[in-house]
Amino acid sequence: MKNGSIINISDLVKRFPVGGGEFTALNGINLSFEKGEFSGIVGPSGSGKTTLLNILGSLDTPTEGNTEVLGTTSAEMTPKLAASLRKKHIGFIFQTYNLMPVYTVYENVEFPLLLLKIPASDRKKAVLDALEWVGLSDMVRSKPPQLSGGESQRVAIARAMVKTPALVLADEPTANLDAANSHHILRTMEKLNKELKTTFIFATHDDKVVRYLTRIIRLEDGKVVSDEHIQS
Amino acid sequence: MIRFYLKGLFRDRSRSLMPVIVVAIGVTLVVLLHCYVTGVLGDMVVFNARFSTGHVKVMSRAYHENISQLPNDLALIGTGDLLAHLRNDYPEMEWVERIQFGGLVDAPDENGETRSQGPGGGMAVDLLSEKSRETQRLNLERSLTAGRLPETPFEMILSEQFSEKLEVVPGDKVTLISSTMYGAMSITNFTVCGTIRFGSPVLDKGGMIADISGIRQALDMEDATGEILGYFPSGDYDDEKASSIADSFNAAYSNPDDEFSPVMLSLREQNSMTMYLDLMDYFKSLIIGIFVIAMSIVLWNSGLLGGLRRYGEIGLRMAIGEEKNHIYRGLITESVFIGLAGSLVGTLFGLFFSSLLGRGIDISSMAQNSTMMMQGVLKARITPDAYYIGFIPGLIATVLGTSLAGIGLYKRKTAQLFKELQA
Repeated sequence: MKNGSIINISDLVKRFPVGGGEFTALNGINLSFEKGEFSGIVGPSGSGKTTLLNILGSLDTPTEGNTEVLGTTSAEMTPKLAASLRKKHIGFIFQTYNLMPVYTVYENVEFPLLLLKIPASDRKKAVLDALEWVGLSDMVRSKPPQLSGGESQRVAIARAMVKTPALVLADEPTANLDAANSHHILRTMEKLNKELKTTFIFATHDDKVVRYLTRIIRLEDGKVVSDEHIQS
Repeated sequence: MIRFYLKGLFRDRSRSLMPVIVVAIGVTLVVLLHCYVTGVLGDMVVFNARFSTGHVKVMSRAYHENISQLPNDLALIGTGDLLAHLRNDYPEMEWVERIQFGGLVDAPDENGETRSQGPGGGMAVDLLSEKSRETQRLNLERSLTAGRLPETPFEMILSEQFSEKLEVVPGDKVTLISSTMYGAMSITNFTVCGTIRFGSPVLDKGGMIADISGIRQALDMEDATGEILGYFPSGDYDDEKASSIADSFNAAYSNPDDEFSPVMLSLREQNSMTMYLDLMDYFKSLIIGIFVIAMSIVLWNSGLLGGLRRYGEIGLRMAIGEEKNHIYRGLITESVFIGLAGSLVGTLFGLFFSSLLGRGIDISSMAQNSTMMMQGVLKARITPDAYYIGFIPGLIATVLGTSLAGIGLYKRKTAQLFKELQA
């Protein structure tokens, strides 16, 4: 692992079988991410953003090349190890929020901590802290169907952040939100990135998101066409 | 985590209500059918026990070997002592003596000449002792079609059909021509005091019942009896207990080398009752087996539909880092709660409906009057095992159905999660 890097990708190729042949989704990717980055993988639909995010989140494995995520290489990644990595160190934020509708806001945020078997008193403190970060302390008893889109995505952020992961992967987090809510969400994530030094990696083609990023990696046809660090 | 599952079940009715209803209906049917089969087939066992086999029966070894001939010359002797031993060794049982007898019944005219006669077979029971419960046990009062029960040793009741054949009515004299237990001829006069319907074609053709003291005198069977029957006080047959009592009695009193030594048989060992008892067990097993298979298939499909509906939630949980094994175990845990709840509700409903059927379906109008063999009412009977018999299959069916439905979880590629979740 390079000095200070939490993710290293070298010569990554990912192919999917399509019909009788193969489709190359990622082709020779070489990237590394430092701790505390607020980066985005930007590109049009079909450029390979989500595939790359899947591999970074240990949801998928490379066809060729190597990845090293938080000290675990793709060669040694077993399904059990991948689940453990996601459980302990990686938070996910989805375009469609994916909250569990029968559970309250509090219980949705608490769920990752239940998997980690955190004691009840510590769980409570962590959940309330996470909800405070996203400004939803007064909605602990609400259920997802009672929330607006922006509130739902803030709950999803709290759920991703509650275990204070090293890495948060966000796939089109603002795609279903209006401009005001998108900015609110992005400011919240930006604040958490600065305060907790959590690494955020977005997959997006939303210009509103791009404006907040400190690093923009552009993908086209499965290849990195530019990797730009933005001075804040 | 258990609380998490329970909250989900309580709040998401489609996750719990439908499976609980399915299980409850199945368990209700199991309990109801179990009680009904136990009641109806059990009644046959009960009537057999009351009329013929007892819950256990003591005979001489030789009498047992020739039981189809009801050979009173091979009857037990010294029954006073034997009864005392039985009452002392097995005080929980009620012991009664019976003599099966046969002979020619002659109805005389006013001159004492034979007016009509016919062969008959009868049963001598204790009708005159104050403590005797034989009248109730054999349902004699309700089975009478005319007259009354015997009040003296030399009165008898005849089957209605037999009395019509002999052209006798209550109050008429008849003569029983038979043989004593020592082989001598026996001619004894009896007064017909009533007529009865047995409910069995053979017995209705030539059956009679008399008090055992009169028959003892007629057949010269003082301190002797053909059979000693033992009954559990509850009236319910307990196969395990009966076998245990028979085994202990035979070990203490029966001598295989002495054909006149007593031998005790449980109800199961007599009159092909093994078949009936096995049939009862078979029916119960069949009901439970069908239930488990049918409910498992229904719950499997219900689980598949539920799984599809919860696709997003399960995908999310896997993305957050929950392992497939853990999710599978969670689904099984939920199914245990569903199974317990459904089984509890089903058992309560099953017991409720069984208690309603416990009053019985009266078929006596179809069978005209009630009889000794069949009382004309088909009843469900709630036995102690009815309280738990639905639980085990209810739980097994639910867990099995969920286990089958949950296998799909392992066929799901984690890499598809994002795509599914974004859909």
